[in-house]
Amino acid sequence: MAAVPLRRPLDAETVVVPVGQVFVIPERCKGCRFCIEFCPEQVLVESDRMNAKGYRYPVVADGKERACVNCGFCRLICPEFAIYTEEIR
Amino acid sequence: MSGEIYVQAHPVDHLVRADRLPHIWCPGCGLGSATACFASAMVDSGLPLDKQVVVSGIGCTGRVAGYLNVDSFHTTHGRAIPFAIGLKLANPELQVTVFSGDGDMFAIGGNHFLHAARRNVDLNVVCINNFNYGMTGGQFGPTTPLGARTTTTPHGNAEPPFNLVHVASSLGAVFVARWTVLHIRQLHRSMLRALDKRGFRFIEVLAPCPVGFGKSNDIGEGLDEMWFYRRQCVIDPETDLAQATIEMKHDSRIVLGDFVDIERPVFRPSGWEE
Repeated sequence: MAAVPLRRPLDAETVVVPVGQVFVIPERCKGCRFCIEFCPEQVLVESDRMNAKGYRYPVVADGKERACVNCGFCRLICPEFAIYTEEIR
Repeated sequence: MSGEIYVQAHPVDHLVRADRLPHIWCPGCGLGSATACFASAMVDSGLPLDKQVVVSGIGCTGRVAGYLNVDSFHTTHGRAIPFAIGLKLANPELQVTVFSGDGDMFAIGGNHFLHAARRNVDLNVVCINNFNYGMTGGQFGPTTPLGARTTTTPHGNAEPPFNLVHVASSLGAVFVARWTVLHIRQLHRSMLRALDKRGFRFIEVLAPCPVGFGKSNDIGEGLDEMWFYRRQCVIDPETDLAQATIEMKHDSRIVLGDFVDIERPVFRPSGWEE
């Protein structure tokens, strides 16, 4: 079967994809992993370190430093008010 | 530039009583997500925060009123809606939201729900449905699916559950929706639509309760239940609500959507001046 060509939006030339900065409050995290698993750009991974309660909080994966598009999904879904993003470009 | 930046405060900290965080809800519980989503919706609705109030009943969801930094009240068991009706009628310019759980709102408070919806009282009602009584130890309740195992139905629940969206729409609620905490963006939009309407608005929010429900029903942790929602949910606003029951089985579908959006005269006690 022939490969289906990728759909390309008509305004792709003019739309600037935002870049987001991830902010984390490690001590609030309870390690549910909602943000890590459902980030649309797969930006987040578990930390190597634990917080005081023994949970591994989300950190930005190696090589994904500019992958966040500031969609804000992690901020909405985090049950602990422990992560948010801001647009930096 | 590096990856994440560690901070001590969150942009919605002014909306939650941040000194009470971390909250009591278990890891993997969906209540925090629903609360964060509603806090964002309160801001995004554009209504002044001193005109928005939140009323909760008893249970894990009953804690929501205590964590939100607006005028709020934690009522006795099942009586969130009657308290909210009084609040709304005494001060009609308030935007009153009732935020409570399935057990509180549909078991001990079921009668109040029916009559508030029938009268079309101007209330925004959010019901977090986690299919059991979580705070008291995972007993079965009025929304526990048929056959589900809880601490008080170890051989499977023998009672058919309420279909909350069907109940609400059959009583004439002007806005009826069902989402899960995984569908948080749709839930946020739905909450904004509800905050923008007048009359009895009802949103059912499915949320994981890993300790009380997930583990004993072959679903697992909170994260597993989120993936379960991702696999089993279909969005169909035109669905027949009478058929939109929730079975929480790996071969059954859960229908989501903003199902009802109608206009109907809003409740005013007889003899009241406009």
